[in-house]
Amino acid sequence: MGYDQEKESGGVATTGVTMKEVAEPGSIFGVHIEVGREAARDLPEIREIVFRLEGVSISYDGVEAVRSITMDVPANQITAIIGPSGCGKSTLIRTFNRMNDLIPGAAVSGRVFYHGQDLYGPAVDPVQVRRRIGMVFQKPNPFPKSIFDNVAFGLKVNGITDDIPARVEEALKQAALWDEVRKDLKKNAYSLSGGQQQRLCIARAVAVNPDVILMDEPCSALDPIATAKIEDLMRELRSQYSIVIVTHNMQQAARTSDMTAFLTTETSDDGDSRTGALVEFDRTELIFTRPGDARTEAYITGRFG
Amino acid sequence: MTTAEVAARPESQTLSGRITSGRRLRDAAFRVLIMLSVAVALITLFALLMDAFMTGRPRLNGDLIRNMPSARPARAGLQSAIFGSLWCVGITAALSLPLGVGTAVYLEEFARRDRWYVRLIELNIQNLAGVPSVVFGILGLAFIARGPLSWGFTVGTGALVLTILVLPTVIIASREAIRAVPPSLREGSLALGATQWQTIWRQVLPASVPGIATGSILSVSRALGESAPLLLLGALTFVTFNPTGLDSGYTVLPLLIFKYASDAKAEFHVVAAAAIIVLLVVLLALNTTAILLRNRFQKRW
Repeated sequence: MGYDQEKESGGVATTGVTMKEVAEPGSIFGVHIEVGREAARDLPEIREIVFRLEGVSISYDGVEAVRSITMDVPANQITAIIGPSGCGKSTLIRTFNRMNDLIPGAAVSGRVFYHGQDLYGPAVDPVQVRRRIGMVFQKPNPFPKSIFDNVAFGLKVNGITDDIPARVEEALKQAALWDEVRKDLKKNAYSLSGGQQQRLCIARAVAVNPDVILMDEPCSALDPIATAKIEDLMRELRSQYSIVIVTHNMQQAARTSDMTAFLTTETSDDGDSRTGALVEFDRTELIFTRPGDARTEAYITGRFG
Repeated sequence: MTTAEVAARPESQTLSGRITSGRRLRDAAFRVLIMLSVAVALITLFALLMDAFMTGRPRLNGDLIRNMPSARPARAGLQSAIFGSLWCVGITAALSLPLGVGTAVYLEEFARRDRWYVRLIELNIQNLAGVPSVVFGILGLAFIARGPLSWGFTVGTGALVLTILVLPTVIIASREAIRAVPPSLREGSLALGATQWQTIWRQVLPASVPGIATGSILSVSRALGESAPLLLLGALTFVTFNPTGLDSGYTVLPLLIFKYASDAKAEFHVVAAAAIIVLLVVLLALNTTAILLRNRFQKRW
């Protein structure tokens, strides 16, 4: 079932949902809404696709870490990737901005399309890719420079030299950090608290005006209050950027994301190697209320992972 | 718990203990031993310094630095040797720092560890760091002073040999400093769309300056105090002029000290002792500058 069917039926919700229909892995717009049971929900407009993955597998030194992922990441939405430890969430997200290139022995097979362009094509410059697809890491990693220089760094290395103070201010405002640091931008970045440092990293990433922001467990090193601030921030940033977030915190995924992908580890037949695989990828509400796959249900109800 | 159980609590749970009990005694004895070792080292060093100072005190005046070496002890000075050392060490620093840091950057940031030639380079550097310095003098004599280059006994020869001598240490120290920069810094920079070179030049190198500076200054200090290799390269001659260029004859402070100290006339020994103090002061100044520089860079973190 795809969009076309939805449109043909005039947007009227279908009834009689069967588990089989919803359970198709990799289908994104499996939007079977039951009338009356839920409040009239906006039908998703046709959204632009930011990333299209087709059969993407990633291996390190010949050992397969993630197997054959096929999914479409929509634009201007928050897409969460959840799953137990070691299922390849970080490996997958690093494929989106070619950070896996930095690891010797890492190999990516399959196709990754960014707005229709093959991200791993021969003519593609990884440096340009990373300019457009920014990343925020698990542990805040500000540079050992002042707050101003941290945010301005991305601008300088990309050759943007006009209006730097204004751009820095704009970025810090977008990251909800401006009011807290405006008094002294020359202060060393390490003097900020953990939550502030992470917001500084977000400011740094948005300063170069990317298209996508990837977040690899951005809140796992932070306390709940700082986490809440960053989650609010994500919702605001969604209007301007597409966000993909890896999280091991299911509640966070349920709270903040629009789409959720659930990965799990599959052990090989001889029990020696574990590979990550995509189990289900759907709208967040559906994943968490009516998951199609039994493994998804087991994970979100806490029976494992 | 009944009172009987309380009373029956084993003695090991009491908090007091006497110092003569086995473990405590050994702990105290260990501390005393350590302090004695430090004391011995410091006292020896102090004794040597005091001896040099007391012997050389009569000649510690401006003349020492202003005068050239002379056959008359009353007039003998160190000027040519001081300038010779400055020339040699200056050129050595100018050559070894860029080469050393550049090699370290290549080995840490660009070279693939699994390639055989990279391992060969690393092995060679580590071996060279342990080679006695006189071997480099022989090497210089055979290939630089004579042989293919035939530069003769000049400042250039001395500086080149000292550079080769000092290079492995600079490389190793710089590599350690670069390696100490956390990978998260590089990842953060690259994730913003910086090239590898931009990341190295703007993040990694500035962050590793303290370590590189320390290693460099230590290497330069070593070069200043080297005598064996330069002995073979004509620096022991009686030179009464300051170096005029790369092709000029020269002498260096450690060798002039050696010359004065081994002279038959006892008055020269006084000059030698004074010269030792001068050399130590120069070395101290160099090392202090290094530490100050390093601290200045560290504060910016």
